[in-house]
Amino acid sequence: MNSETLKKTPLTEVCRASGGKMVPFAGYEMPVQFASTMDEHLAVRRGVGLFDVSHMGEVFVTGPDALKLLQHLTCNNVEKLKDGQIHYSGLMYPEGTFVDDLLVHRFNERKYLLCVNAANRDKDVRWILEHQTGDVQVEDASDRYAQIAVQGPKALETVQPLVDVDLSAIKYYWFAEGHVDGVPAIIARTGYTGEDGFELYTPNEPAPRIWQRLMETGRSFGVVPCGLAARNTLRLEAKMALYGNDIDRTTTVLEADLGWICKLQKEDFIGKAALLKQKEEGLRRKLVGFEMLDRGIARDHYPVFVDGRPFGHVTSGSYAPYLQKNIGLVYLPIEHTAVGTPFAVEIRGKQVAARVVETPFYKRNY
Amino acid sequence: MYSDDYLYTKEHEWVRVENGEATLGITHHAQEELGEIVFVELPEVGKVLAAGDTLGSVESVKAVSDVYAPVSGEVIAANDLLADKPELVNQEPHGGGWIARIRLSDKSELDSLMSADDYEAYLGEEKKH
Repeated sequence: MNSETLKKTPLTEVCRASGGKMVPFAGYEMPVQFASTMDEHLAVRRGVGLFDVSHMGEVFVTGPDALKLLQHLTCNNVEKLKDGQIHYSGLMYPEGTFVDDLLVHRFNERKYLLCVNAANRDKDVRWILEHQTGDVQVEDASDRYAQIAVQGPKALETVQPLVDVDLSAIKYYWFAEGHVDGVPAIIARTGYTGEDGFELYTPNEPAPRIWQRLMETGRSFGVVPCGLAARNTLRLEAKMALYGNDIDRTTTVLEADLGWICKLQKEDFIGKAALLKQKEEGLRRKLVGFEMLDRGIARDHYPVFVDGRPFGHVTSGSYAPYLQKNIGLVYLPIEHTAVGTPFAVEIRGKQVAARVVETPFYKRNY
Repeated sequence: MYSDDYLYTKEHEWVRVENGEATLGITHHAQEELGEIVFVELPEVGKVLAAGDTLGSVESVKAVSDVYAPVSGEVIAANDLLADKPELVNQEPHGGGWIARIRLSDKSELDSLMSADDYEAYLGEEKKH
């Protein structure tokens, strides 16, 4: 795909002008890093960072039967959501595997916003429309929204001067409708970094101005613009799954160790039968976190050996800039998933020792 | 930036030859492209390499970059300091961040490497693409 066929987000040009090294990602031209992935990662752990996440998809599901449809399509229990609350969930195939992972925002009983992966947006919308029943409307609003993620322990103080709502009143995984720099916005206390933070859904046109304003209000906290590379290492330290790497059409929500978003006691939903069966029969493999014991960085797709035999590959692997360790995620046979279990990752032809560790690798303590 | 006492490769390695021994590392340009280096895989001393063989690798948070032997010969030293201080490659790419030393088996191979002027011209060409 050449740069002419790539889509731009409302912030692509701002990112380029700020020194972003631009790459194609999910059909968009996105910054992979600005000055330094390491500095960006650490700024988010210690202060605050800004991410253009406008590529993410926004899909509204509205109408009297919206709740019913989402209960049928996703594995978490949408009935439990209160107005203004958000949860992480999975859009399920009948096999209990992932069409996508997503955030479900409840405005009220008849209005929900789904935040979905950019690369899956068209597939998700098709899937939802194929299963649409009753009085419900599905709108792909992605092209109407810019999205800025403000992440880090200083995110609240960075955003607060620009908004007309009391951010301290919004709990983690809740949202409010308000204004950012005078512009109507959805202000969600969510993120993909393992830090506190906000994801601001704004109209396209004022997004570059809001970005600049956040760079100003965050200045005393050392705010930096952050690219996809830092977003990836941050989410990996927090053991947040990446669709296409750690979860996909071949991995069930239970195998992905996401049982906490899989509410098998709720009414029937797509994938429930398969997941109940898998739970009864017992898992044969599970996603675990690991760290390298010997020297070497495990990277995505590197082959894995258990007891000397090949078993799949690393789904996500990297140097962890905050932890200063080489970490990763991998599906291992269930009998090899206990913390401490040794196995090997093949790095350029050599088997290098690794072991299963507790996750998340990083947990914020505030 | 690029010393006349060194020779350079298209893969962005430098070589300094003294008494039939070639000390090598990655160039300033290469380390700048990679960003912060967090891991260096060093060659084993005693290993015999042909020019173009993979000698080791240099890794940033995001990327892995192989380091190739610019010349043929036996590895007679590796910079063990890089095991604990890979950032030396960023800080002193042409000095303290050297990666390995090879005893040349065929001095004529040096003729195919670039001079500092040639390398800078090559960098200029690469930039245009």
